[in-house]
This record gives sequence, C-alpha cells and structure tokens, in this order.
Amino acid sequence: MTDTWSWLAIAGFGAFHGVNPAMGWLFAVGLGLHRGQRRVVWLALLPIALGHALSVALVAAAFVWAGLTVDARAVRIAAAIVLIGWAFWHWFYRSRHRVRVGMTTGLAGLGLWSFLMATAHGAGLMLWPALMPLCFPAGAVADSDPFLPALLGVGLHTLALLGTTAVIAVTVYEWVGLEILKRAWINIDILWTAALVAAGAWLLLA
Amino acid sequence: MATWTPDPSFYPSPRMAMKAAPETLAYVAAFDPERKQPDAIAVVDVDPASTSYSRIVGTTAMPNAGDELHHFGWNACSSCLCPNAPHPHVERRYLVVPGLRSSRIHILDTKPNPRQPSIVKVIEPAEVAERAGYTRPHTVHCGPEGIYVAALGNREGKGPGGIFLMDHDSFDVRGQWEMDRGPQHFAYDAWWHLGHDTMVTSEWGTPDTFENGLIPEVLLGAKYGRRLHFWDLHRRKHVQTIDFGDKYQLVFELRPAHDPTKAHGFVNCVISLENLSSSIWTWYRDGDKWAVKKIIEIPAEPANEDQLPPVLKGFKACPPLVTDIDLSMDDRFLYVACWGTGDLQQYDVSDPFNPKLTGKVRIGGIVSRAAHPSGSGPLDGGPQMVEISRDGRRIYFTNSLYGAIDPQFYPDGIEGWMVKLDASPNGGIAFDPKFFVRWPKSHRPHQVRLEGGDCSSDSYCYP
Repeated sequence: MTDTWSWLAIAGFGAFHGVNPAMGWLFAVGLGLHRGQRRVVWLALLPIALGHALSVALVAAAFVWAGLTVDARAVRIAAAIVLIGWAFWHWFYRSRHRVRVGMTTGLAGLGLWSFLMATAHGAGLMLWPALMPLCFPAGAVADSDPFLPALLGVGLHTLALLGTTAVIAVTVYEWVGLEILKRAWINIDILWTAALVAAGAWLLLA
Repeated sequence: MATWTPDPSFYPSPRMAMKAAPETLAYVAAFDPERKQPDAIAVVDVDPASTSYSRIVGTTAMPNAGDELHHFGWNACSSCLCPNAPHPHVERRYLVVPGLRSSRIHILDTKPNPRQPSIVKVIEPAEVAERAGYTRPHTVHCGPEGIYVAALGNREGKGPGGIFLMDHDSFDVRGQWEMDRGPQHFAYDAWWHLGHDTMVTSEWGTPDTFENGLIPEVLLGAKYGRRLHFWDLHRRKHVQTIDFGDKYQLVFELRPAHDPTKAHGFVNCVISLENLSSSIWTWYRDGDKWAVKKIIEIPAEPANEDQLPPVLKGFKACPPLVTDIDLSMDDRFLYVACWGTGDLQQYDVSDPFNPKLTGKVRIGGIVSRAAHPSGSGPLDGGPQMVEISRDGRRIYFTNSLYGAIDPQFYPDGIEGWMVKLDASPNGGIAFDPKFFVRWPKSHRPHQVRLEGGDCSSDSYCYP
C-alpha cells in the first residue's frame, strides 16, 4: 500500500512539474511560435524531459549513495533540512539566476536549460520523500539494490512530466493561444515553495 | 511583493499589447536647468474624459537638487513572461529614475497613488559607482535578468561607459553587465532583440565631452560616438561593431522591432558633418552578421545668420537635429523628432528599407518657432522625446534635449511644453488642439512614460 502511494506521488510530482510553465512547456510553445513550426513544439519536448530527468536522477543517486554510505536516518534528516533550506533560497533569490539560454537555442541548449531550471527549482529534492521509502523500505537497506527503484522512480516521474508537458504545450500552441497566460499563469512559485517545505516537513515528522 | 496572477499590464506579444485599454496617465521627467530646485517626476492626465485632461495632476520632487532627470523606466514589464527566464508575478509598479548628472537612482512606487508616486528608495551615487563601476546612468530597461541600466561613464566619470544590472525586487545594484566588452568604449542607448539573443548599444561620448554642452572641436573632429555594437545577450559578450564612418556623429536611440521574430531595428544619427543632415538607419541581419543601411536623410534647411544661434551662424542652415525616434508596437510607423527644425515626422516602415513619409507636423524649431493650434503663440524648443501609446493612436512629446545643450541651440531659453498628436490607423498625424501642457517655468520636460507601458518600455518573446 505504501509503495502504491509512493509511485502515485512520484507520478503526481511529475505532472506538477510538467504543469509549471517554468519547467518547459512554455518554452516549447515559444520556440514553436518563434520558428513558426508545429514540429519544433514536439521536438522541444525531448530535451526538456531529458534535462529534467538528468537533474532529478543526479539528486536521487546522491541520496541513495549517501543512504548506503552513512546512516539512512541521518540522510533523511539532512534531506529534510536541504529541502526546507532550498525552499527559502528559492523564494528569496528566485530572480537572481543568470540567464544562459535564449530564444535562438538549439535542442542541446534547451536540454541544458531544462537541467538548470529543474536543479535550481529543487525538482529532484522534492521527489526524494516519495522515492526514499522505495529505495530504503522501513528505513533500512533492503536486500535488493536501492538504485533500481530510484531509477524506476525517475523514469516514472519523467514520463509523467513529459506527458503533462506535451499535452499542455500542444493544446496551447494549437488551440488555446498565449492569451491564456494572462489569466491562468497562477503563481506556481508559491505552491512550489510550499511543496518543498511540505516535503521537508514530511521527512522530518512522518 | 509577488502576485497570484501575472501583472495585467504584461502582454505575451506586441499584438496583444496593442489591444490594451488606452493609458490615462503619463509620467514625465522634469529638471531644473539652474540646478537649484529639485527635479521631479510630473504626472500628466491624458484621459480625454477627465476634467483635468492635459494638466499636470501630480508632482514628485526628488530629495536633492541638480540630478538632471532624463530617461527612466519600469522595474518590470512584458519580458517577464519570457519562457527562458519567467518572472510573471513581479509587478510593474516602480519607476526607476536615474539622475544623469548626479548618478543618483530613485525608485518611485506608483501603486498606492498613481497620480502622486512616492519615493521608496534612493541609491546614492557612491553606491552605484562602487557596485556597478559606472556613473551617469541613462537608459533603463526591464529585461530577462532584471533591470538593465546603460551608463555613460565609468566609476571615475570617464570611459568606458556600459551597462549594469539591478534587481527588480530589491533594487540592489548587482554589477557590471558586460563580461567581454571588446572594442566598445562610448555608451548611450541599449536595447535588444529577445528573439535573437542580441543586445544592441549605441554611442554618445564620455561625460567630460557633453556635461558642459557639445564641444564644437570634438564634434567637428568626429570624436563623438558613431558606432553600433552588437552583443550576445546571454553570454554578455561583444560580437560585432558597425562604424557609420567619420561623416556621422552621435548615433543615438535604438528602436528594435517589437515582433521578436524580426531581426531589424532603427537608429538615428543626429548630424552629418558633411551637410548637417540627420539620418535614420536600419540595422538588419545579413547572413550570420549584422548590417546597416541608411534609409532616410533629412536635410538641413537654409536660414539667415541672424535667425541662428552662434554655433550655427557660420553654416547658414538649420540642422534637423533628429534626437529621438520611436517605433509603433506593430513595427509599422516610425516617428522622427527633428529638434532643430521643429518637425515631427511619421514614416511607414512596413518595408524597413523603403520608408514612406506619411505625416508631418511642425512645432517650435530654431528658426520657425511654430505655434500649437491651441493658440500658444511662438514656441521654443522642438519635438524631442517621443512616446507612442500601445495602440499606436496617440503620440506624446516634449521639447527639451539636455540642460547644457538646450542653450547652445536655443540661446533665448526654452520654455517647456508637452503636446499630443492623434494618429490615424493607416497613417497621418494631427495635433490634439485640446492637449497643450505649458510646463511650469522652473522646469523642463524630457522623457515621457505611459501608465501600463508604452512603445519604448516593453519587449516581447512571442510574436
């Protein structure tokens, strides 16, 4: 049962990240409009998903490795502190990032952008509370290799992100139009920061 | 503070910005040429339905005298919706108002009372110089990495001038923008093509060559700026210089196309040393390089010596002195302010290489002193800073250029005024006879910014 909830949470976080315009669907739409080609919207999806997946995978690998090397409980508390700290950093310094990738970017640049955005937003960190019970059941090192569920989790998360990103990007590009931004672009940063804090708190308290 | 939905004055594309409701207020920088009274941001009622239409309805005085308020801008604008660097929940709320002479930067909050903005932060010149490495802040643009300020002098008030960044929430000065300035030395205006990741900068000169007025030897020696610089906007690296040649002096206002898919823009050259004409140039993408082409030349007008100021007597001609241009949101009409002759011209630049003159009015001017149809009597100064409403239907302009230069061309003094033109959708301009703001004698007006954004404030990532 716990496992089911964990997988659902992992997919849910993927959808949540995909909904956020700052994670890529808007960039895909923007590039499509800029080049006047529907094909570009579809092409952009892949590097967006790959960059995000790489960022999330690196964070997951670091936590699994830490869990194997030091006490799992210590990793749990450290992850909680990092999550909450990241939430504050994200909130107060959100406008301070260098902009490295612009509208003329190719697919590699888009992948780099997605990696940087996911990393700066703490996407991988947010996922850890859902991944941890799968990698380290009951807080102990399982008989099986904890990297395997981590990899599966990152894969599921990425698929959910990719699906959500694709649906929104194509819908906005083909039918809805960018007028929607003025009404529907709610402040996901507030929700995102709250999600980071909640994930950290859950690690500390649950 | 962050909002829940994007600021209603942010528009994804210029097409959407054009559908915005008309502005009701204009903010105008005004300075005391005597440097005795504090300069001010004046608020002008531009709502035709209002009883105080065409009147100054609020004035926010600066805390010091002698700043020389000149250009200014918003803390945030439509570029906040860009997909690569989204900050959609910042508010367009604060005016960033530099003193060109003092290098002091004022932050004015327009939200509590839009008719009486309040000063919420003052960044002293020493802090600007220390953190940015620059002085004489000029152009202010809201953009992908916060607030960009083009400054004409370095820390010591010499060259090179350049650009520095400010935080759009805290207004902290974050430091020099350029990572590799290449051969760039002079600075003046700066703007960009967000769709082409390109920054463009233009050239005037170092503060010692203009703060006491234009120096004839420097001008006639072709020692003021005459080049355009193109930069990689995100790597912050200089990539190309275009030299207009030693005939041309003072390459000033940069008006890139608003449509981010277009790779062209317009810039004015104030004076040709050959025949005193002014010219408009189109810059454009030519293969993997930028190139320029002169598209308009406005000739000097013959005049009697006794009608001319000392600096021009020997030439027996009145130069047009095109010192500002502005491009409508749909990139169709270019407005050209001839501060010398008093013309305000409108060109159809749908084809950016074949402009067509579609409208012209005359007011003020060194020789003509033309009156406004409201019955103003002869006027001095001429069309200078121009601003266009988002929908392109209303054009506002003022008549003072720069404290130290005004008396070189208008030695009898300049009494400030601000006027408005109505523009027809398919070309043609005419004075609004009900809109003539006679400026209080203590001050002269310069740049105009419109409530909610205008045609030289916002840039866009989507076509």
